[in-house]
This record gives sequence, structure tokens and C-alpha cells, in this order.
Amino acid sequence: MIHTLTLSDLTISRGERRLFHSLDLTLRAGEVLALTGANGAGKTSLLRTIAGLLRPDAGSVAFQDGDGNPLDAREARGRETHFLGHLDGLKGGRTAREELGFQCDWLGHTQYGFDHAVEAFGLKPLLDLEVRRLSAGQRRRLAMGRLVGSPRALWLLDEPMAPLDARWREAFAEQMQRHLDADGLIVAAVHDPLPLPTRALDLGSLK
Amino acid sequence: MSRRAADQEPRPPGLRGATRVLLERELDLAWGGGGGPLLACGFFACLTAILPLAAGGDPRTLGPVAGGVAWLALALASLLSLERLFERDMEDGGLDLLALGHLSLEQVVLIKALAQWIAVGLPLALTAPVAALALGLPASLTPLVALTALIGGAGFAFTGALGAALALGAKRGGLLIAVVVLPLFIPPVVFGAGALERAASSQPVGPALALLCAYVLFAAVIAPFAGAAAVRNAQG
Repeated sequence: MIHTLTLSDLTISRGERRLFHSLDLTLRAGEVLALTGANGAGKTSLLRTIAGLLRPDAGSVAFQDGDGNPLDAREARGRETHFLGHLDGLKGGRTAREELGFQCDWLGHTQYGFDHAVEAFGLKPLLDLEVRRLSAGQRRRLAMGRLVGSPRALWLLDEPMAPLDARWREAFAEQMQRHLDADGLIVAAVHDPLPLPTRALDLGSLK
Repeated sequence: MSRRAADQEPRPPGLRGATRVLLERELDLAWGGGGGPLLACGFFACLTAILPLAAGGDPRTLGPVAGGVAWLALALASLLSLERLFERDMEDGGLDLLALGHLSLEQVVLIKALAQWIAVGLPLALTAPVAALALGLPASLTPLVALTALIGGAGFAFTGALGAALALGAKRGGLLIAVVVLPLFIPPVVFGAGALERAASSQPVGPALALLCAYVLFAAVIAPFAGAAAVRNAQG
């Protein structure tokens, strides 16, 4: 499994605009990286680049296992990476049960993964509702279910807390802590500080 | 995560499992909410019902063009639900989720095209004999109409999926898909209508069917790679 995430000499542009250049960074198991910076500083672009959804102009994203051996990037992303963007990836016309079930099945779940996810984010009363009837916070909790239902080492989170109320922010922070205790890695774009000890990277300062 | 209990071990869905899961979801999305396939069948039936009204019901004028018109209507009806094939997953972030699964994006495009064939091509192939009868094709040809429509529908689904992927992110994507995809629909229309014409004049239909199948295989090989490249481009 992924133990180390290494960004070397990474340069990303969107259109004509250079977001940042020559970013070097190493993140190890059990660490959280909090990305900060003004709107448009490149937080989302960096997350999408790590997830392999965006090609960098230069530099590379590499993954290593616990012994320092390089992992195949396609496998590391397809089997061990969660990307939770600001879009939840849920279909309005399907029920919460169908959507959570699909996400867990698609990403590879544990035996009781679905039930753990339901329990962790209080999804039980929502399961039979259509996703379109859920509020933004409920939808985000449903999308977060896959983080628990389908354990993957690297979590890439884009403003994960934004639509959540205080109670569920606390619950999610607890899940993040558990993930770190199990040697997970987290990269999160945030505006408000996370309630965990984090390493911080201000993308605005890299221009 | 070094000492996880057995029930905490992730179970990768495997190729078959992931294929089944995605196929089920795609079929559910195609049939649920809006009933896209029924819409396509209704459109198909309307088109073929309008022609006799417009050109007159005389079997001598309709007969020679019936096969061709049926295939033209089939091609147009196959376009209808293509716009949503990738667009809805692009809009709600589902495409990012699909890109980070166990299957490659090429496989995802292939499965989506297969789902399109089952959800839209199959109902259209079942409607096609009725439409052909309405156009005045002899009843003895209806099994051949259904068979060619079913094979051709696979070709429409694969090239259509490619067009839908290429049009991702474009404004008025539906129109763009029609312009990109319709020229690619010419070969199956020619071969399919050709098979009906040969059958009507008691010639062997084998060569036309073989060409139709060859087109489908060609599309099935090209579409996943080209479609996946187009999706990656739209995501980046």
C-alpha cells in the first residue's frame, strides 16, 4: 500500500496562467497536508494532479510502499486513492442506498464496509431517499461514506468540511484521525484549519 | 493498517465484478427517470409513421425506399440519448469516481457503450419490425430487420459513445454529437439497408451482414481508446 507520496519539481498551469512551479514535497503515512491559499491558487488543481486527472506541465507525482519501492502510478490511483472533489459524484435520481452501494462496490469495499459507512456518517435515515431530496451536507456525508466503506490509503479531499454542520465536522475529524492512525495519508484543501495536527502548504506563497 | 482483521481487508471487485456493477448502474440510469429508451422508440415510430403520410401511402413509391428510411430513422433515434452518456457524469463529478476505480478508462467507455446498446439499441431493434411493417416491407423480412437493427445498434452505440466523449464539455453538446457521429453512421446504414434490399430481391444477405459485423467490430476496437483519450482530455 501507499506509504509515501512524493511530488518532485511539479509545475501546473491552467490555461495561460502558471499556478505554481517547482513544488517538491514528500508526505508519509500518518501525515495530513493542509493546502491553503486564496481562491484560484491551485489547491484543486494540485489535488487533481495527484489523482492523475490533470497532467502537470513538468515534474512528477510518485508513490512508494513501506520499503521504499516505487508503486505503479495507475495501480496506486486505481486501488488506493480516494478523490473527494467539491462535486459529490452522486446521481440525483437514485436512492442513497444505491449510490453508496455502487461507490463501495466500484472502489472495492470490506466485508461490512457499507454498514460501517452508514454508521460512521449517520446515513441510516437517508438510505431510502432519492439523492436529489438530500441537503448539501447530507449529500457530502453520503459521498464521504465511500472513504470508510472502501478503505484506501491516500485521501485527496477538496474542502471536505464546507457543507457540514459542527456535529458532523467533529465526526469527520474523528474518521480522519482513525485513518491516520491506520497509517493513511491525507491531502486536504481547506479554508478553515482542520481540527488535527497538520502540515501546512500555502500555495499562494509559491508563485 | 498492518494488522487489519480479515473483515477489514478491502476486497477488490475484480474485472467481472466491476463490470457488472458499472453495467447495472448504467442500465439503471438509462431506464430510471425520464425513460430515455422509450423516448427513442417513440421518436423512431413517429419518424416512420410520418413518411407514409408525407409521401403518400402507395406501396409502389414506399416499397423501394422502405428499408433505407427505416435505417435512417434508426440512426437518428440512436442519437437521442447519447448526449447524457458522459455529460451527466461530467456534471456531477461521477467521472472522477469512475476514473479512480479498478478498471481503466478504456474499459469504462466500453462498458458504457455496451450499456447504451442494451438500453437503447435493444428496444429499438424490437421496435424496428413494427416500423418496417408500417413502411410496407413484406412481413417475411421482419426477422431480418430485427437482426440487422440489433447488430447495427451495437455499431451506433460504440461510435455514438466516441462522439459523446468527444463532445464533452462543449456547449450544445447534443448538436455537436449529431454532426460528429452522423457521418460515422453512414456505413452501418448502407450495409443494413443493403441487406434488406438484397433480401427483398431474393439475393443472399450474407455479404451485407458480414460488412455490418465488420463495422461493429471496428467500432468496438476504436471507440474505447479514442473515447478514453477524449474523456481524459475533458477532465484535465
